[in-house]
Amino acid sequence: MSKKTEFVKFDKVDKSYDGKILVVKDLNLDIAEGEFITMLGPSGSGKTTCLMMLAGFETPTNGEIYLDANPISNIPPHKRGIGMVFQNYALFPHMTVYENLAFPLRVRKFSKEETDKKVDKALSMVSLSGFENRMPGQLSGGQQQRVAVARALVFDPAVVLMDEPLGALDKNLRESMQYEIKHIHESIGVTVVYVTHDQSEALTMSNRIAVFNDGKVQQLSSPDKLYEEPVNSFVAEFIGENNRFDGEVLDVSNGVCKVKIGQEEILANPISVKSKGEKTTVSIRPERALINPKDKMDNNHKGKIEEVIYHGDHTRVRINLLDNSGFILKVPNSSQNLDIKLGNEINIGWNSQDARALDPK
Amino acid sequence: MSSETQKILTTDGIPLEESLKKAEKKNKIKAFLLVAPLLLFIIITYIFPIGEMFTRSIDDRMVTNMLPKTFKAMETWDGKELPSEEVFASFLSDYRALAEKKEHGKLGQRLNKEKNGFNTILKKLFRKMKKFEEGNAKEQIMAIHKRFRDVKYWQAIKRTAPPYTMGKYLKGMDMYLNEDNKIVQVEEDRRIHRILWLRTLEVAFFVTLFCFLMGYPIAHLLATLPMKYSNLLMICVLLPFWTSLLVRTASWMILLQQQGIVNDFFVWIGLVTDDNRPEMMYNKTGTYVAMTQILLPFMVLPLYSVMKTISPSLMRAGKSLGGTPFVAFWKVYFPLTVPGIGAGCLLVFILAIGYYITPALVGGASGTLISNQIAYHMKATLDWSFASAMGLMLLTGVLVVYWIYNKLVGIDNIKLG
Repeated sequence: MSKKTEFVKFDKVDKSYDGKILVVKDLNLDIAEGEFITMLGPSGSGKTTCLMMLAGFETPTNGEIYLDANPISNIPPHKRGIGMVFQNYALFPHMTVYENLAFPLRVRKFSKEETDKKVDKALSMVSLSGFENRMPGQLSGGQQQRVAVARALVFDPAVVLMDEPLGALDKNLRESMQYEIKHIHESIGVTVVYVTHDQSEALTMSNRIAVFNDGKVQQLSSPDKLYEEPVNSFVAEFIGENNRFDGEVLDVSNGVCKVKIGQEEILANPISVKSKGEKTTVSIRPERALINPKDKMDNNHKGKIEEVIYHGDHTRVRINLLDNSGFILKVPNSSQNLDIKLGNEINIGWNSQDARALDPK
Repeated sequence: MSSETQKILTTDGIPLEESLKKAEKKNKIKAFLLVAPLLLFIIITYIFPIGEMFTRSIDDRMVTNMLPKTFKAMETWDGKELPSEEVFASFLSDYRALAEKKEHGKLGQRLNKEKNGFNTILKKLFRKMKKFEEGNAKEQIMAIHKRFRDVKYWQAIKRTAPPYTMGKYLKGMDMYLNEDNKIVQVEEDRRIHRILWLRTLEVAFFVTLFCFLMGYPIAHLLATLPMKYSNLLMICVLLPFWTSLLVRTASWMILLQQQGIVNDFFVWIGLVTDDNRPEMMYNKTGTYVAMTQILLPFMVLPLYSVMKTISPSLMRAGKSLGGTPFVAFWKVYFPLTVPGIGAGCLLVFILAIGYYITPALVGGASGTLISNQIAYHMKATLDWSFASAMGLMLLTGVLVVYWIYNKLVGIDNIKLG
């Protein structure tokens, strides 16, 4: 049985709360069956609204959402069969863990044995067997989180929505939970739509990421592509660290463009610039620029070290380059000690392919 | 093991417990001084009056003080046959002393309550005793009226001897102590208090129920509406608080009377004919309507404060997990509001059980409650001890309700705000 590529489909969806401002603008999004897709964006970008429309708590102002080719706008939430993990877990505080998990099964009139079996299975999946009789208030944040995940999965929904589920956990726990959720997804193959504003979370977990800003999907692609090949300056800026130069295109030819930055010129990869005279923002990832490169690189500039910050496995070096005093370099600490000292002038080089000339910011 | 039982010492060698006590002593004194004014206030205005009420309700020293010699002489009397000459003589001397102070009338009234017909024969005794000869009191008194020859009348005097009596409490329950010292009920057509108690409970119960039925949706709306609307609604809920109770009750009188606005409206929409307007006041209906409206905020506020803490995502979770809106409400939302329901119902019930002004004004004869009876005895009959007894019975009733609530729901589950 082949996986459906349009298992969940947003078709020209608009959403407005007050009739004046569109929170979601012309959203078109296909989610394949079994996919882990993340909606990533700053707060107020419309990602949670999209999730709520899919869950049925908000109705689209225009357009239609399809689940397995069926339009679902007029189906109330309890009939959609979509599991959901809420931001603050939303565990029922007056029910035990067992009762919380049994809730979706009881309303579906499962028999007692079947309910017990499914609850057992779900709890062992999140390694919480033996916690059946605890109240949610007696669990730690991480444990509550797992119960919430187990509850959303226990009735075998086709789609599970997660609304910033790890937001309330501390950093270490968050990271281990990221892997745990990812592994659960891999083992049971459920379609997951995940909302977060934390990009590292999105990069770790997802098959594909939809970057939201201003009610629109800015880019929808796999984590590596999103990081390596951002299609516009918002994505480049939002995902990972980014060095940027604002300038003007002097020339575009043979897949390389010349950009004038201040008084100097650099070579860049024209992504969204087409002709001479356009304004552009050139984006370079910190690890793509090297200090004193051995190989020949087509961009070579001198910069002055302004700040050196020790980060354990690597050192971050802030350099004043081409009048941009915020140019960051990441230097692995294993590399032989170069003359990275405050105030030194050093040579920086990068390939024009890695400098992406995007829309001006 | 020994290290566990050994006392832990501070670095200076003082036992830790002692050191802690010393450190906290100052704070404890400070805390006590802070609450001391309130404590004093409560003792003076609350504990003391209740104690006073209690003594008054069981106080029966009046006759005891009026007939000291008689009761002394009666100590040896077995109460089966007519008492001895000594008792008669003491009674006569006590009565003479009273007559001099012009307090003999009071004794007559009091003893008449104990045994009908006592007042008449005492008045007769008062007229005749001036001509009494010295000595032989028994014969002379018995000659005045045949009732003095009836042992029951002397037993009645003896019954008033103890300085304390539960008689008022029995009266409050339409019972009394008969000649054989047995608790019996009064005749059926004279059992007015029992009707009032039952009616009070009934009214309090239904007012609580109506308040709950009306207050729950309001509180829910208050807790879920956006701020600007919920504030407005909150003001509407609180508005009755800012109006005088008397004014509110009076306005209900204007609304509910037979020629009033509500009746006019019913006639106008054709619900009733003009010459057949329903009576909505001076009966239980009026009491229900006015009391429900007045007590509604006491239900809404605790409910609101509890509902405000329930995250809306819980209902959403219930729905997304497959519960219909009703199931999500009943299984998830409702159980979480139980502490508020308990607090609201307890508050309204306790307030309703002792309500006075509203039933007095709009209740009429069939809508008055036990508190109106208490007020009647305070103001009209001046039987303060009976009023006190009924007040204490009411208080006991409230405490019983509280105790039952504690057993059923648990008082720590209550949430007043």
